[in-house]
Amino acid sequence: MTMEGLDEFQEEIGAEGLADPREAGHARRRHPSAKEYVRIGVILVVLTTLEVWTSYSGLPHGLMITMLFGLAFVKFVLVVLWYMHLRFDDARYSRFFIMGAAGAGILFLVVLLLLKAFAR
Amino acid sequence: MADSTAHAAPAEHTSTGLPSTKLAMWLFLASECLLFGALITTYVLYRGASTTGPYPNEIFDIRYTSVSSFVLLASSLTMVLALTAADQRDFARMRLWLIATAMLGLTFVGGQVYEFTSFYHEGLTLKSNLFGTTFYVLTGFHGVHVTVGILMLLSLVGMSWAGRLPDDQAFPVEMVGLYWHFVDIVWIVIFTVVYLVPQAKPAG
Repeated sequence: MTMEGLDEFQEEIGAEGLADPREAGHARRRHPSAKEYVRIGVILVVLTTLEVWTSYSGLPHGLMITMLFGLAFVKFVLVVLWYMHLRFDDARYSRFFIMGAAGAGILFLVVLLLLKAFAR
Repeated sequence: MADSTAHAAPAEHTSTGLPSTKLAMWLFLASECLLFGALITTYVLYRGASTTGPYPNEIFDIRYTSVSSFVLLASSLTMVLALTAADQRDFARMRLWLIATAMLGLTFVGGQVYEFTSFYHEGLTLKSNLFGTTFYVLTGFHGVHVTVGILMLLSLVGMSWAGRLPDDQAFPVEMVGLYWHFVDIVWIVIFTVVYLVPQAKPAG
């Protein structure tokens, strides 16, 4: 690709925050410090403890399930945003991952809705 | 964030402006989401459909599996600490954290092997009922992924020792780290869906 071609390509896709393709790989992005990583680790341990406690707590079934999935979701998001750096990296990585995760979620809903409905 | 660390991908010229290796890793992880999505869906679909035992509530030991979960969470922390050390070009410390991560991973896999063995002795096999089939396939696939991650970590350590990693060692560490954290988030879902939710059934 020529330099002009690169400029046209960048204009075409108009991606926000897109570094000059000619400088690909040179962009340095800030990542959390060790202290921040440890803080996230402590939060994850607390949330996991809370999850285990919830499963033994004897709370009403619906509330328990909601809490368990809510806690798992928060843990999932914390790891993805901080440890996998999606909070700090280029937004296009997030889009790829969200595509996969959303695909899995849609598959889950479609299969369960279809097959559970047919089973009745 | 004065003490924040940063690292760069090796200089490469791409049409997207993003390092191809990292983009490919995220695409791979997106496809892995679909693989585990299918396995988890299958498990949930057949949950409670077994007509013969053993049943989940009879054989699960939540306390034991919780310890395994803490071990895997700790390995995610040591993984990011390895990355921080690589950013700071402290490669000896980086290798130490990578070895710690691999050891924690090995502990997790060892725990899973022990769990599978005890379930087998209690009569749960791949063919005994729908629960056995879906449980072993889902958690087995995850265990294989952890094992592959351990091999990747040990390879990184070996290559770093042999001086065969590129000058900026943070980039390969970050790539292996992405895979490792993915394995961790899959476990977060499995732990809730497979182990904790069956316990949430109302008594009686």
